[in-house]
Amino acid sequence: MSKEAKVIEIEEVAIRFSGDSGDGMQLTGTLFSDTSALFGNDVSTFPDYPAEIRAPQGTVGGVSGFQVHFGHTRINTPGDYCDVLVVMNPAALKANFRWIKPDGILIYDSDSFDAKGIEKAGYKSDPFKEEQLEGIQVISAPISSLTRETLKDIGLDQKSILRCKNMFALGMVSWLYDRPLDHAISFFNKKFASKPILIEANTKVLHSGYYYAETIEAFTSNYRIKPAEIEKGKYRTINGNTAAAWGMLAAAQKAGLQLFLGSYPITPATGILEELAARKDLGVKTFQAEDEIAGVCTAIGASFAGSLAVTSTSGPGLALKGEAIGLAVMTELPLVIIDVQRGGPSTGLPTKTEQSDLMQALYGRNGESPIVVLASSTPSNCFDFAYMASKIAVEHMTPVILLSDGFLANGSEPWRIPDLNQFPEIKVPKPNTDAKDWMPYLRDEKTQVRTWAVPGMPGFEHRVGGLEKMNRTGSVSYVPENHELMTHIREEKVQNVARDIPNQEIIGDEDAELLIIGWGGTFGHLVSALTEIRREGHKVALAHFNYINPLPANTGELLSKFKKHLVCEINLGQFVNHLRMKFPEYQYRQFNKIMGLPFTVNDLKAAILKNLED
Amino acid sequence: MTINELKPEDFKSDQMVRWCAGCGDHAILNSVLKAMPQLGFKHEDIVFISGIGCSSRFPYYLNTYGVHGIHGRAMPIASGVKVANPNLCVWVITGDGDALAIGGNHFIHLIRRDIDVNLILFNNQIYGLTKGQYSPTSKEGSKTKTSPFGTVERPFKPGAITIGARGSFFARCIDIMPKHSTEVFLKAAKHHGASIVEVLQNCVIFNDQVWSDITDRENREDRTILLEHGKPMIFGKARDKGLILKNNQLNVVQLGEDGITESDILVHDAYSEFAGIHLLLANMEYPRFPIALGVIRAYESPATYDEKVANQITNVQSTAKIKSVEELFLSGQVWEV
Repeated sequence: MSKEAKVIEIEEVAIRFSGDSGDGMQLTGTLFSDTSALFGNDVSTFPDYPAEIRAPQGTVGGVSGFQVHFGHTRINTPGDYCDVLVVMNPAALKANFRWIKPDGILIYDSDSFDAKGIEKAGYKSDPFKEEQLEGIQVISAPISSLTRETLKDIGLDQKSILRCKNMFALGMVSWLYDRPLDHAISFFNKKFASKPILIEANTKVLHSGYYYAETIEAFTSNYRIKPAEIEKGKYRTINGNTAAAWGMLAAAQKAGLQLFLGSYPITPATGILEELAARKDLGVKTFQAEDEIAGVCTAIGASFAGSLAVTSTSGPGLALKGEAIGLAVMTELPLVIIDVQRGGPSTGLPTKTEQSDLMQALYGRNGESPIVVLASSTPSNCFDFAYMASKIAVEHMTPVILLSDGFLANGSEPWRIPDLNQFPEIKVPKPNTDAKDWMPYLRDEKTQVRTWAVPGMPGFEHRVGGLEKMNRTGSVSYVPENHELMTHIREEKVQNVARDIPNQEIIGDEDAELLIIGWGGTFGHLVSALTEIRREGHKVALAHFNYINPLPANTGELLSKFKKHLVCEINLGQFVNHLRMKFPEYQYRQFNKIMGLPFTVNDLKAAILKNLED
Repeated sequence: MTINELKPEDFKSDQMVRWCAGCGDHAILNSVLKAMPQLGFKHEDIVFISGIGCSSRFPYYLNTYGVHGIHGRAMPIASGVKVANPNLCVWVITGDGDALAIGGNHFIHLIRRDIDVNLILFNNQIYGLTKGQYSPTSKEGSKTKTSPFGTVERPFKPGAITIGARGSFFARCIDIMPKHSTEVFLKAAKHHGASIVEVLQNCVIFNDQVWSDITDRENREDRTILLEHGKPMIFGKARDKGLILKNNQLNVVQLGEDGITESDILVHDAYSEFAGIHLLLANMEYPRFPIALGVIRAYESPATYDEKVANQITNVQSTAKIKSVEELFLSGQVWEV
């Protein structure tokens, strides 16, 4: 660096890159967040993109954004508001201006702010007059024209040249936050190995942006964020979908079972199918079925045949799978269903996050159809809960629904690579009697679990199916007393899982009056709000649930320790109603948002403070 | 006891067969039982999968592995079983409602993928278990409980769907021809790919004699044609009628009339990849034509879906750098703190 810029050390920063969905903002954000993670910062990301792959260019509907939050301390969320907003066109400004902090930095491509672009974005007049810019540091950069200038002699067509402009923006922000460029460059080398001209073009533009930022002195200073103090070990970044896929792989390896995934592509769950389809090296069998129902049914077939069987989906798909999941309940076969929740009902908001499938997971089937429900709460712990879902499904011979959501699925964070030896064993309940004494519905007295005999095992030939079966023998039975017995057994079997799951823990002040209650993907925001409120001198505690059905055994006792209970969730109150059914003695308070977006820490803090007072 | 010494009774389960007296399903069960010892598979390697309907009780009556699934979904359940373990001999038992109405989508995709399973479609043109509503194969105008004035919809032809879905095997038989049915089932089992067998089956309660025009003993030989690969397409009690191809259409001709001799008659080529003639044969309807029985199409492609899945894994693994989950975790961008 030739110029002496003032370097300021700060704790954490959130940056939002935004532009047309064809502008490469997801890639820009990913490269920046990976660079930061490699640098040693803790990182949390949030991609925010439209359902339309290419909505009309330059319109608000087509704006794609990617927020990355990184810091020296533990980063739990992608950040409510951003310190830096990068907008590649007027529509991106229109869509994202609400997310910039009052003292933030706005970087925009001045070339795209022509009359046509401004009109397309829906501005009536000068966008910089329509938006409240007071207090914001505005950096006008001719990103498109400088990209063109940089690459004028390289021998690429105009369209390809302009496609590199996202790297100019990345270069600028990299200088601003003192990030090395080598990760991005090594990415170009891999990605464009067969087209060296694109390696050169992207590298040049990245440097151009970097030096431009250094040169213009528009930034009064640049910032340095020291590496975070995190637990020793090997790390990589991971998003929730990959983590869930790998959790299944780990479980299959640990259990000594073949992994089978029957699935149908659906946003935002598709990443799981894509990742496992690529894992032929580990012997995974994936079946892209003709529809959601076939997805779950192939998994049930594979489970009957002895595989660790999984189906992945989102809310609309879970609705379609309901009857088949009932078959798995009836046949008492292990099955993992991963529901990556999105905004509903119906098609709803495919690319947006929500926690509104909880009741569907618990009750969305005909008959008394109890099922184990878990929820992961960070992108990386999708790994742990996919593993646990598999373990419970196999050891308890039951379907298990794992609830993830769009925020976790696409969000990424550094993940400490675990030592699989530290993970609990998965004991496959093989028949423990001679074939002649064996019956399909003979059960373990304590757990009520039946054993798993699979085709190929001589002497254990048997039939299962959706019709009610006689306990022990497994023959079709319409005997009234037997149906009642089996209904109770199926329920008891699921409730017995509570013995194998850890007690619910509390974060914060055990002697607080107010207990905040959350579940699933809101963990990062809730714990951030809790931390800030406690820092401000208030006493408050958080119970964040991953085990939904059955609830951890100490749940009732835990609730009794607090005077007030505030349940926060991104729906109209599904978990709170689950608690109301199980523990009706409390007057639960609620905080609910349902905008297709994660909570903001600010909103949560306001709600918590209000409930501390009331 | 070796497989060869097994008898049909050795494949019966202890469950009482609950179909109505006189139902065509009894005969089909017996034909399947007769085929079982000749399959070359042990009990434990055979799986019967069904959906919902009268026919779908079938798996309970055999002492092999079995799944009585949910309505329309026998096909994907069977697909899962076969892909998970390609060493198994997998059968699907389904009906005209189960396979062609609620399970229609799965039916065509099972066929398209050419998964190596054997599917027996019991076609009685009626919903029996729900007591007499029309099905996707009911003839237009059929009066049933849900069509008191006659149906106004055109029926499906299972053979045409099979061939349209790029099927590799289609055969047809009749419940009351048990010996022939056993032969057809064995050919289906031998075929490498998705084998579809349509059985014309009589529902004695809700659609009695629906096939009797063609199945009654006195007329059967004149109104059906028993196809055999490599043999001329001759039929009739007196074996005096045959099929020829004229103007891209099949035509029934009388041997000895207009100078027609046996050499003019089409010779059945079940193994040909070209499905044009197979489609014409599968679509033949009485009274204009005899109904085609036996193996209409049996074209084998080099590998079935389940084999391709397994082969792909073997191929990838032979050169893969990642051999365990631990190695996967450490692949790509990893840093140490």
